[in-house]
Amino acid sequence: MGDASRENGTGPVAPRERRRAQSALLQQRLPVVVLCVIGLVAGLALPFLNIAPNRLLSGHASGGQQGVFALLWLVAAAAGGWRGGAVAAVLLALVLPLIAAVDATLLLHHKPPTTRIQLGAGFWVMWLAAALLLLDRLRHVRAGWRAVAWAVVVVSLVVGGWQGVFDDLALVREWQAQRGAFTDALASHVTLSLITLGVALTIGAPLGYLAWRARRAGGTLLSVLAFLQTIPSLALFALLIGPFAWLAREWPALAALGFGGTGAAPAVFALVLYALLPVVRYTVTGLDAVPADTREAARGLGMTRGQLLLRVQLPLGWPVLLAGLRIVAVQTIGLAAVAALIGAGGLGRFVFLGIGQGATDMVLLGTLAIIGLALAADLLFQAMMAATGRRA
Amino acid sequence: MGCRRLRALAPLLILIALLVALPHAGGLFHAWFPELSHPLYWRTSFVELTLAHAALVGIATLIAVIVGLALGILATREAGRSLLPTVRAVAVIGQTFPPVAVLAIAVPLLGFGAAPTLLALSLYGVLPVLGQTVAGLDQVPASALHAADGMGYGRWRRLWEVELPLAAGPIMAGVRLSAIVSVGTATIGSAVGAATLGAPIVEGLVGNNTAYVVQGALLVGALALSVDGLLGLAEKRIRRHPL
Repeated sequence: MGDASRENGTGPVAPRERRRAQSALLQQRLPVVVLCVIGLVAGLALPFLNIAPNRLLSGHASGGQQGVFALLWLVAAAAGGWRGGAVAAVLLALVLPLIAAVDATLLLHHKPPTTRIQLGAGFWVMWLAAALLLLDRLRHVRAGWRAVAWAVVVVSLVVGGWQGVFDDLALVREWQAQRGAFTDALASHVTLSLITLGVALTIGAPLGYLAWRARRAGGTLLSVLAFLQTIPSLALFALLIGPFAWLAREWPALAALGFGGTGAAPAVFALVLYALLPVVRYTVTGLDAVPADTREAARGLGMTRGQLLLRVQLPLGWPVLLAGLRIVAVQTIGLAAVAALIGAGGLGRFVFLGIGQGATDMVLLGTLAIIGLALAADLLFQAMMAATGRRA
Repeated sequence: MGCRRLRALAPLLILIALLVALPHAGGLFHAWFPELSHPLYWRTSFVELTLAHAALVGIATLIAVIVGLALGILATREAGRSLLPTVRAVAVIGQTFPPVAVLAIAVPLLGFGAAPTLLALSLYGVLPVLGQTVAGLDQVPASALHAADGMGYGRWRRLWEVELPLAAGPIMAGVRLSAIVSVGTATIGSAVGAATLGAPIVEGLVGNNTAYVVQGALLVGALALSVDGLLGLAEKRIRRHPL
């Protein structure tokens, strides 16, 4: 058809088609243009690095590489249009931290040893823009290549960090100074989240099954749980201090187990209360996802209710339940940070201690670790969902 | 119907009753916590804190609605379609960031006080509005769009008179979620110096004054449930009678 129109259509058709093709091409490049403009503006207007006299004082911006960033983003915008866009985005996501590291080493020359070189808003915005560019450029690529591209970015940064490339950046220095405390906080954050997930699943899944069997009572249960979900986390954590302190006073055996007004016990209790709504709701949805015909066929084959649940409903509803657990995991990791305010430890301790001291890098270290954990949990559950989806 | 409306408004009545009664409840808290010398939070009045908290949430939600709606509309227009996956990715990935993390990141940028809290609330609040706007506009039936085109509606008139009214329910659900998360995050904002209802809680936790904690928690719980009830009513109304 294209040939035909070219042969006999020397008139207005060809230009219009060309214009349409051009506008389609422009549209395809729109995300690249928008992200590169954001990166360019951040590179020109926001501070890339801050120089602080020590870890507690705020720094002043260091400038001078605006030309480099302008060049980088123009190259990225040019490369983004053709197939090499993803490669350019990967390089960008690696070059930005490298520039920061080299710059930090140069800036620290002849400076007192307490001086800290902090990553500024310009770095973070540009790096996010690069990551989003990579995400966009990988959209039409096969899943395997997508994983390879992200693995290259993450592994290179981690190996670089291991080799000491980023040692002059304040964030890495803070981590080195607090390595022991950081590892403990990370471990206790993961433990808090895992216990919460386990308890919520153990209580929530049977509750969800009961709610599915008895519709009306289930509706009431769900609205009570939704009511709890509305209460701000800090208020719920704080309100539990009184009752838990009382319990520990009345039963010294509980107190001996580490049970008290503050600490991990009320934190896990509150986190489980928040986690129950998604677990129960997704259990009900998962059970609903099994068609009534299938259930009846299974009953007709002589399955008991238990067999039906284990052999039919659980395998068929499992992907939906996994989607619920994904939400619970991400939500719990975030809320567990607040639990630090009632003495439950975890990465939130870094955040709130850092805020109290004015130690920006400590706040950032805790925050990045929390975000990393949440993203990792999200990816893990996505992978599990993909795996079960393929098998089903 | 009347019963449902009453149930939605009950938290608001409780909040008002608490605000009236708490300043006179010194005796009660003294009897409950005899070991405390100041059993009633006195640094700022509860009414003032509640208004400051509500104002912070209100402004942040307004900004979130404006930005979220604008981005959502842009990403679903013909010209911006190619931005849709990126916008969606930002909304989904952004929501895995915990609100506390967003709050903590805002502090180094803006210092202590209400400013970082407002920035964090607005940034984080955009995500549910954006996600729901895109979802709502995406599910407008093609037949409705064709009908509007057939009647000679222009692009803007179609958006304003057909698409937005049909998507109003999901959008309102996003606004509600955004506001509720903001009430919770603004509470934590008192840890970075914002004057909100979290202040009695944080001060009580630091100073071992459980009475302050109880007072702050009661008020902020009632406030959150009031916001949820009011916006829930608005959502139901919009779903039933599109504008």
